Amino acid sequence: MSLKLKALTKSIWVYHMSTGSCNNCDIEILDLLTPRFDVERFGITLVGSIRHADAILVTGALNLKTIPRIKNIYDQAPKPCFVIAIGACACGQGIFAKGPNTPEPVDSILPVDAYIPGCPPKPEAMIAAIVKLIEKLRGKK
Amino acid sequence: MEEVSSIMKDLFSFLIFPGFIFTAAIGLVASWIDRKVTARVQWRVGPPWYQPLADLVKLSIKEITIPKNASKAVFLSAPLFGLSAAVLAATFIWQANIQAGSSGFTGDTVVVLYLLTLPAIALMLGSSASGNPLASLGVSREIKLMLAYELPFIISITVPIIKSSGLLRVTDLIAFQAMNGVFVSNVSGILAIIVAIFCMQAKLGLVPFDMAEAETEIMGGIYIEYSGILLAVLKLTKTIMMVALPVFLTSIFWGGFSAWKYVILLVVIILMRNTNPRVRIDQAIRFFWYRMTSLAIIAVLLAMLGF
Ligand code: SF4
Repeated sequence: MSLKLKALTKSIWVYHMSTGSCNNCDIEILDLLTPRFDVERFGITLVGSIRHADAILVTGALNLKTIPRIKNIYDQAPKPCFVIAIGACACGQGIFAKGPNTPEPVDSILPVDAYIPGCPPKPEAMIAAIVKLIEKLRGKK
Repeated sequence: MEEVSSIMKDLFSFLIFPGFIFTAAIGLVASWIDRKVTARVQWRVGPPWYQPLADLVKLSIKEITIPKNASKAVFLSAPLFGLSAAVLAATFIWQANIQAGSSGFTGDTVVVLYLLTLPAIALMLGSSASGNPLASLGVSREIKLMLAYELPFIISITVPIIKSSGLLRVTDLIAFQAMNGVFVSNVSGILAIIVAIFCMQAKLGLVPFDMAEAETEIMGGIYIEYSGILLAVLKLTKTIMMVALPVFLTSIFWGGFSAWKYVILLVVIILMRNTNPRVRIDQAIRFFWYRMTSLAIIAVLLAMLGF
């Protein structure tokens, strides 16, 4: 495994993108930064600007207003950039599957690299997903 | 031959020791200590020792994004401009400590002061060239903050110059303190270094004076549009400043560099950053112009009276 890939897996900066979630998934994401879970141990930090991001955490069911915006945000991200869908809503629309203004799930718009189901998913599940993502990255090269 | 070898020597001291590589290495360790202590203060475990280096290497493989309505040349060159100024300042300060008596020139304290302001100016130029409204908000805050802290900083730096009756070379100041005792053993020196430490905090852009960056508020402000290796250069500039400024303060107030003095200043910075919330820009200006400037003027008066 090359040094650069190793550095990428050791320092994932995440950008938090809520596309109309009920705010519960977002709170669970913030749990990851608390002393109990402390993902900074693995070099994961939350960044404010999409230009600094290595991974986009998408929460919530996409709706008509957020679809163009999420496309825009993804285009602005410097590549390589991963997309992680968090919560039942983002993975497969959840209870909004038949909603009139939620036409599409996230993965029909963006290339999703990891799915974390749950409503909301536990922080442990999110850490497990990130570990799987890192393993997938390492397996590639 | 003579000339070539002296140029080679200068290049070596700029790029390797005690310039770029050496300062960057110390700075990376210092920024790891910063993150680790911050984590411990918050009852977390904190990142491993190689984290700052891993961040830089990772940033260097990312794509560089240039905003559509950015002014390209300025946007791309400003970070390099700031980095070289910071490295040059660090080299001057280290040389004054290492080759006592023979380095520098008369007035290099003033040159170092100018060089230490350049990274902030370069950052303002670069991010205002990006055309992002939040970046321009950050720039406007940075300009105001700079106007606020430069005045007390320069006044406090005049205290050692007055006390040494007009020495303007960093090495001379160090030698003077070796003969006559360090400046922080006087009342005026203590007041001046307190002012200088607060100004250092603002120069480094750390909490409570990080309103130009303000991740939770204006999403990174002055850094918002930078990505990839340009962001790595900006981070590196900040790490180098984190070495250059404390070493500069120990040189002119505290009788020259030594490891424990540097660590003490670093711990002061880190604790200040962890125990304070971010202040508003008007509060910062009031703090620097009224409190810190008056304190610095009192220090100058005391120094003139010989205390
Ligand atoms: S998955 Fe559940 S918790 Fe998460 S945003 Fe949807 S409804 Fe809320």
